[in-house]
Amino acid sequence: MHSNSTIDEELGTREGHHVSHVQESLVKHSIWGTSIRFTLVTSVLLGLVYPLLMTGLAKVLFPHQANGSLITLKDGTVIGSELIAQSFTTDRYFHPRPSNAGSGYDATASGGTNLAQSNAKLPPRMQADIDKLAAENPGRPVPIDMVTYSASGLDPDITPDNAYFQAPRIAKARGLTEGAVRSLIDAHIQGRTLGLLGEPRVNVLDLNLALDDAAK
Amino acid sequence: MSANGWLQFAIYSVILLATVRPVGIYLTHVLEGERTWLDPVLRPFERIIYKLCGVKADKEMNWREYAFAMLGFSAATMLLTYAIERLQYYLPWNPQHLAAVGTDLAFNTAASFTTNTNWQFYTPEATMSYLTEMAGLATHNFWSAAAGIVVAVALIRGIKRTSSATIGNFWVDMTRTLLYVLMPACIVYALLLVWQGVPQNLSNYTVAHTLEQPSQVQTIGQGPVASQEAPKMLGTNGGGFFNANSAHPYENPTPFSNYIEIFSIFVIGAGLTYTLGRMTGSRGHGWAVCAAMYVLFAAGFAVCYWAEAHPYNMIHGAQQTRTATAPGGNMEGKEVRNGIAESALFATITTDASCGAVNGMHDSFTPLGGMIPLANIMLGEVVFGGVGAGMYGMLIYVVIAVFIAGLMVGRTPEYLGKKIESYDVKMAMLYALIFPLIILTFAAIFVLIPQGLSVTNNPGPHGFSEILYSFVSGAGNNGSAFAGLGTNWWYNVAMGWDMLIGRFLMMIPALALAGNLAQKKSVPPSPGTFPVNTPLFAVLLVGVVLIVGALTFFPALSLGPILEHLLLQTGKVF
Repeated sequence: MHSNSTIDEELGTREGHHVSHVQESLVKHSIWGTSIRFTLVTSVLLGLVYPLLMTGLAKVLFPHQANGSLITLKDGTVIGSELIAQSFTTDRYFHPRPSNAGSGYDATASGGTNLAQSNAKLPPRMQADIDKLAAENPGRPVPIDMVTYSASGLDPDITPDNAYFQAPRIAKARGLTEGAVRSLIDAHIQGRTLGLLGEPRVNVLDLNLALDDAAK
Repeated sequence: MSANGWLQFAIYSVILLATVRPVGIYLTHVLEGERTWLDPVLRPFERIIYKLCGVKADKEMNWREYAFAMLGFSAATMLLTYAIERLQYYLPWNPQHLAAVGTDLAFNTAASFTTNTNWQFYTPEATMSYLTEMAGLATHNFWSAAAGIVVAVALIRGIKRTSSATIGNFWVDMTRTLLYVLMPACIVYALLLVWQGVPQNLSNYTVAHTLEQPSQVQTIGQGPVASQEAPKMLGTNGGGFFNANSAHPYENPTPFSNYIEIFSIFVIGAGLTYTLGRMTGSRGHGWAVCAAMYVLFAAGFAVCYWAEAHPYNMIHGAQQTRTATAPGGNMEGKEVRNGIAESALFATITTDASCGAVNGMHDSFTPLGGMIPLANIMLGEVVFGGVGAGMYGMLIYVVIAVFIAGLMVGRTPEYLGKKIESYDVKMAMLYALIFPLIILTFAAIFVLIPQGLSVTNNPGPHGFSEILYSFVSGAGNNGSAFAGLGTNWWYNVAMGWDMLIGRFLMMIPALALAGNLAQKKSVPPSPGTFPVNTPLFAVLLVGVVLIVGALTFFPALSLGPILEHLLLQTGKVF
């Protein structure tokens, strides 16, 4: 072990140190300068040029999506975004999943409940909601997404089971047959992407607009 | 669990593994200064940047100079972000007239984004102006990612080179990583996201009159989201434009966007394993490291998926098992389009890497499902890992594994022709010890002081998990959270330091190791050399990662998620 090679290495290291001391004084001098210049140059490139370029490209190529996938009436009123859940409470409309975004469906304060499974507030809350819904549709188990708060509080979708569960209430409120409502649901189910990715789902705002259209 | 869920995982695996080689080759070209197919377009920009910044591109640095440059640059960028946050009220692109960010939160956030953590103690859509998001925060998604990659490459150079005093030029490595890898990828990526529905505008928040009750107004947060989302995922940053992060339909609107997001978390980290093999001339070694990472990834996913698909039996009258038209399982804090499988997959990947983006709320995961993200970060995020950070983290484990193998056969350990000596093992152990030291110290302090306990969202063992997760996530530069944890001055400041120490005090030993390995001579392999390109080595590496992690953190885990699981099984809630 302690042969020439070790001595060579030590010499090599010492020489290395000597050279690097001279280099270091030069380099340290320029590190701050280069750091500041590199920060400024790249922040203009990455922080302004890149996002503004992307904004321009996005608005030309995909204007609808770039502006937030908004749904606008003929008179120009924006009724919402197809990607963002909004509140529906009457019997005439499908209801989205419960929301903890702000005071509910607040699209400037997204978020979930962050309740742990072991939090004593969670099971009674879910049970109360289940019992309320069970009265609406006796004898049928309540789909779990109806009584769990989404992660964003703005989940625009419900499961097909959830929509089917609500069908009798909507049929009654609108004087439609349950079969008519169910076939409307079926027409609005988005399957898995490529039959594979994600989960089947129904967009609530889409479906409610279709309900109103069907009534016209 | 379902066949479809496993199929989604299988397809993800196939696509990821198929990209390892091409991505690894491209990264090698970029970082070895070789010609790439983007040269005709980008080479002039590269030269302009060197000129503007006074970079002498042909001048190499020793490890100390490299480390100083990395620290100086990080300090400058952190300062810039702090300044923008404090001044945002007076700066343009603030359509909502958001006020200046407070000093402690501004410090925490600047530290958070500089360190590739992206821990967020704030609701972005109500706190940060568009300019702050673009120039103060999204820029770090590029910078900190590139800094991680270049440190990993410096370490690989250290392994590869013999009798060399230098390990590369920091500025050249940064410039080339930004220009040739991150920027072009993000331009394409951001457009894909916009196509799927991610907004990209500078408009005021939209005022909508809802369908049921037009008098009821819904204000919809907007902004330059896609341009931030792309580097956020690709650079394993994870800082959301919105509070709900990738669970927000504007950040991750479809199953397809979800898939490209999780793919982009791993793609660079996985490619770097091939870069390691190619640059060191031992492709088998690169694949052995890749295999070890993949095994840990698959195991984590299996546990998390199982746990989330099997919630505790706390309610009656609800359909919690899977049907063809509903995912069942634990859907609290999850989105319908992601369901159980994609949420578990996202949670596993985002913490295997140091990404920290979430598409579901980890705080509401089952105890064991939520323990997987926590444990993944505790293992050092070496499963493909944060861009670069995962690679140099895993190389530290490789040095420890080689050292242990050397002890077992009674020979001086060697790694790819380099003798692993006392200095190298000291640096590796320094790296491995700083991490638990800061986490456990901070967590111990914060469970003892009222300021630490007062902001937990959940009582009982889960409250402890929230505190533990925050310091683990900070030191690991992950940024995901058991997000029920609130904030105060104490957390802002402590987490800020937790993140800074977890980043820079760990990068320095990695660079010191690089410098020391680079100046060594190469020794030819002997019959006593433990080969590092075999399945046996991959198994040993997995063992070392798990044993080091378990010995360090098992006591803490048993007080948190494990205790919570056992009590929940008996029906005990808090």
